[in-house]
Amino acid sequence: MTDQNRSSDPDREKRKIKSAKKMKEIMTEYYIEAKTAEQTGKKVAWITSGGPVEPLIAMDVIPVYPENHGAMIGASKMGVDLCEKAEQMGYSRDLCSYAMADIACAPINGGPIGGLPRPDMLVCCNNICGTVLKWYEVQARYFNVPLFILDTPICHTGFSKEAKEYVKRQLAEYFEFLEENTGRKFDFDRLEEVGKLSLEGQKMWQAVLDTTLNKPSPMSAFDAFIHLALIVTLRGTQSTVDYYKMLLDEMTERVKNGISAVPNERYRLLWDNIPIWFKTRWLSDKFASLDACLVADTYTSSWSGMMTYIDEHNFMDSLAETYTRIYLNIGVDEMAQNVLKMIDKYDVNGVVLHSNRSCKPYSLGQYDTQRIIQEKAGLPTLMIEADIVDERNFSESQIETRIDAFMEVVASR
Amino acid sequence: MITVGIDIGSITAKAAILDERQLKGTFIQGTGYDAKTAAASAFQKVLDVSGYEKQQVDFVVATGYGRKSVAFADKAITEISCHAAGAHFVNAEVRSVIDIGGQDSKAMVISPQGKVLDFAMNDKCAAGTGRFLEVMARALEVDLELLGEISLKSNAPATISSLCTVFAESEVISLIAKGEKRENIVAGIHASIGARVVAMAGRLGLKAPLMMTGGVAKNVGLVRMLEKNIGMPVEISEHAQVLGAIGAALIAQQH
Repeated sequence: MTDQNRSSDPDREKRKIKSAKKMKEIMTEYYIEAKTAEQTGKKVAWITSGGPVEPLIAMDVIPVYPENHGAMIGASKMGVDLCEKAEQMGYSRDLCSYAMADIACAPINGGPIGGLPRPDMLVCCNNICGTVLKWYEVQARYFNVPLFILDTPICHTGFSKEAKEYVKRQLAEYFEFLEENTGRKFDFDRLEEVGKLSLEGQKMWQAVLDTTLNKPSPMSAFDAFIHLALIVTLRGTQSTVDYYKMLLDEMTERVKNGISAVPNERYRLLWDNIPIWFKTRWLSDKFASLDACLVADTYTSSWSGMMTYIDEHNFMDSLAETYTRIYLNIGVDEMAQNVLKMIDKYDVNGVVLHSNRSCKPYSLGQYDTQRIIQEKAGLPTLMIEADIVDERNFSESQIETRIDAFMEVVASR
Repeated sequence: MITVGIDIGSITAKAAILDERQLKGTFIQGTGYDAKTAAASAFQKVLDVSGYEKQQVDFVVATGYGRKSVAFADKAITEISCHAAGAHFVNAEVRSVIDIGGQDSKAMVISPQGKVLDFAMNDKCAAGTGRFLEVMARALEVDLELLGEISLKSNAPATISSLCTVFAESEVISLIAKGEKRENIVAGIHASIGARVVAMAGRLGLKAPLMMTGGVAKNVGLVRMLEKNIGMPVEISEHAQVLGAIGAALIAQQH
């Protein structure tokens, strides 16, 4: 089916989320601002998706996310070409495809937006994975810019006082790093304001995600994958809070008017791991054709999972714990507990796990999570072996059979 | 009620016809280039062998990787559900099924009613599948059907470590060059598939009795290897290769 046919389908048109247009505008404006930063005298910092971005916003530095770039590359199906380029540059195919695609983009200004805005500095936090350390070192060398590394110890169980002190001391260095690279004193008052906006944005985002508690659900995880962009990239800004208010209103309206994401929602599913960006449309249509709506996911909700540890009245002091205890930096048991809570909360009939070839921290414990889900929740689970960006790791007919078989099991329960 | 199940696999197309729960006939042929033609031909042939006319057939269920290309089928159901139904049909006691087909292998745990409770499938490559065996048989210049018997003569299976079919083939070729006995190479190939299948099935927690279905079940050497690795007897039906088609025809009976 061509895109033209799709948009002329009245049912599809009705289910389209209208706010998306506004989000595109915000994102376009954001990338233009970042790309023209040199002319406006603003600084650009590349930062990892789980890195503390609020200090950057407080210092008027524009944050840019190579991982968001990776997602865009995947969604625009440019991943294979770029991964192959990275292989030609000497990078192993076993590496994360976000890293490979981004590294390959830099020297050729490749990808859907002609390369990321040039960075003035890099901020790398290893709370999401270890690959980012090498990825950012490569880019720091290539662009010849300073790199700040924030090391967050993994919290297998709990969070120790020592860990907190360790991260807090590094955060103080982070503030100094920003002072050095912007030539300005760090603005702690502004950080508290940004912190409040960050928290408000996260609350709004969670409120949007919670509209899927409705049956049928007004949106699906596939929608969340798209609308996630702002809470990742522009967390701590007023425009993010305003946008999610608008999106929440639209969702509330959809619930009132009985507009659901999936035409005949009979089954509700939970998704685990990062989306298969190059196949989201196909997967969304596939599940919808089987009357299944992916009502929640562990990925998009992790940007509001941080809320638990934020202290509204002393944001700076709570930063260390907030950014150390994120979803990918905790033990498998706690991750599984989180999944069980979501199963209960969103009342799902099954769980779909994407075993993501690129992301080891996210995928490593999945067999355990799967077993725990089966034992504690007694729900059917499906493991899809794929990748976020590299289409060479996706076999459509095999995956289609797995989905069909999984849905036959779900339906027979 | 007369129903037909059509199972379009990557290597062979199978058909089965049922009158209520009575098996009236089965047919197996190569899938070849065009799954649609193979489906139409297998359908006609199973009618011919059983003496029924097309008009008498009430419901057709298609299964297998080519299930969606069977235009004349009333419904498409995955081979996972169909093999479970087929295994349950030949032995209602069966609680686990391992199906090794041409392009994938799967394991299922089934309920006393023959419904799939849980399943696992191989990774997306050909290691541990019928196609893997086919490639190896060619490299060894052995008839596919004889692999099983040959391997039983082995007392020291060779080690085949690569998971990639092409690399495993080159391992086999270098073993031949080193003068390794053919039966040891074949047994090594079976051990390699066995290890793959056990790793996959192990996650499910197989329950006895266990039945193996699919074309590869005809390979007695591999079956023995699986029994050893799983530590459970493996039951084989005379209809092993067509159980998916029989299961499809059975599911069709519910319509």
